[in-house]
Amino acid sequence: MLDVYKIRKDFPILGKKVNNTDLIYFDNAATSQTPNQVIDVISSYYKENNSNIHRGLHSLSADATNKYENSRSIIKNHFGAAHDHEIIFTSGTTHGINIISSGLEKLISSKDELIVSEMEHHSNIVPWQMLCEKTGSKLKVIPINDDGTLDMNEYKSLLTNQVKFVFINHVSNTLGIVNPIKEIIDLAHKNKSKVLIDGAQGAAHFKINLQELDVDYYVASAHKLCGPTGVGFLYGKSELLNSLPPYQGGGEMISTVTFNKTEYADLPHKFEAGTPNIAGVIGFGAAIDYMNSIGFDNIEAYEKELLDYATENLKKIDNIKIYGDIDHKISVISFNIGNHHPSDIGSILDQYGIAVRTGQHCTQPIMDHFNIPGTVRASFSFYNTKSEIDLFIDAIEKASKMLG
Amino acid sequence: MQLKRHQKCWDNCLILTVQSIQQIQDQIIDEFNFFQDWSEKYQYLIDLGKNLPEFNDSNRIDSNLIKGCQSKVWLNSSFDNNLVVFEADSDAIISKGIISLLIRVFSGHTPEEIISANIDFIDKIGLNSHLSQTRANGLLSMIKQIKIYALAYQAKK
Repeated sequence: MLDVYKIRKDFPILGKKVNNTDLIYFDNAATSQTPNQVIDVISSYYKENNSNIHRGLHSLSADATNKYENSRSIIKNHFGAAHDHEIIFTSGTTHGINIISSGLEKLISSKDELIVSEMEHHSNIVPWQMLCEKTGSKLKVIPINDDGTLDMNEYKSLLTNQVKFVFINHVSNTLGIVNPIKEIIDLAHKNKSKVLIDGAQGAAHFKINLQELDVDYYVASAHKLCGPTGVGFLYGKSELLNSLPPYQGGGEMISTVTFNKTEYADLPHKFEAGTPNIAGVIGFGAAIDYMNSIGFDNIEAYEKELLDYATENLKKIDNIKIYGDIDHKISVISFNIGNHHPSDIGSILDQYGIAVRTGQHCTQPIMDHFNIPGTVRASFSFYNTKSEIDLFIDAIEKASKMLG
Repeated sequence: MQLKRHQKCWDNCLILTVQSIQQIQDQIIDEFNFFQDWSEKYQYLIDLGKNLPEFNDSNRIDSNLIKGCQSKVWLNSSFDNNLVVFEADSDAIISKGIISLLIRVFSGHTPEEIISANIDFIDKIGLNSHLSQTRANGLLSMIKQIKIYALAYQAKK
């Protein structure tokens, strides 16, 4: 079991005062906080190693390159990819999705169909809509049930011969529901369709093995895993990444350049044009190391404990409605209190120093499904405590009373 | 009609319609000075929101929506006797409270007064420091839209 009070000392921001009261940070699904172990690595990179990678012969550059490539190995090992070169560094999940959607432009035709779900983040909807506009292909949508889960029967019936790709999130950012992605992937593969999993919310909360999942593409962001913002990764099976054209042209992604013909570099450099976020990538590796030092099994068990405790106590509040209240979910709770607008509850919670997210969470189709303007979303991380949840419940009751 | 509306809402300020925008702002600043802490200010905004005059349903249309607010905010204006009258609504109660203050400040004034008004009460009542950036942007959008309406009426004259 993890020692939360010891862990909290790693996160300087958790000692901050907001509106003259101790910060309670329950917006972890939007971005997680950063421990000293990551901050120090980034800071030390700029103090000791800063130089451009892959090019310089000098020691600084070699050192920076080693550290950068070491992060790739850390991520490959942690997520169970087969090869380092299957991990492409990106600016984040959205960037990863756009590399694939742009790469598919020439590989998808007007006869093809693509599948997304009703619970996707806008960043796993809009790039595919844009792809459909460009190629004339058709986008089909797996609906959600009223408990927030995917309608798997409908998924099976949508999987026709024309379906070339399925794009699904691992975990719903709004509802916290963990989708049965292994089943989704296996069904798609039987149908000869490829699958991209948006792992923005999944990667941070439990151990994942990409090869066991047999997923074709997986994308995630470092800042949801205690890492810095502006960096993430795209995983793809080698043969699939090799079949895609480059996303951006520039330095680093070439092997030879002449005005007659330019040869592209091999993976992973083909997709890493220009100088990357070197410090960010190195920080990302440090973040994965940090989380592994705590242990993903410990993180998963403790976050489940927080989720159960919060859910049980929230349910005692009058007129509360929790969306996606099922067993198999991460520590995210989306709710409304009576007819109070989520932004009203969120504004008052902020006065108590409690950071939650309110609104549509970039998932307008979910809001439309439940016919609500938005929700209040509290998302817990392994550095949160039950006593913070007690203060949160207390503040919601006060807010509810104020709003009348 | 306009005087009636103000009377209903602000029965303590019968002379509201002859006050300048600056005078109304000063009055609001005075009122907020009474409050000891944020929860009293919020409670006041919530009460103001609840007492905002009923919004005409036929004006609850997309073209009256203000962009940049997390909650939905509708703003409608009319022009009568050289005075711009605003009515507004929101699906969130704190937004409604803020709107109520804006209507009290801006409604019933000439386009020229509205355009040249220097809005300082939001800062001075300490609301800015209690607004998230998202909400502060929403508030700026509302004031901008109010001034755009005033500019349009001025141009039409």
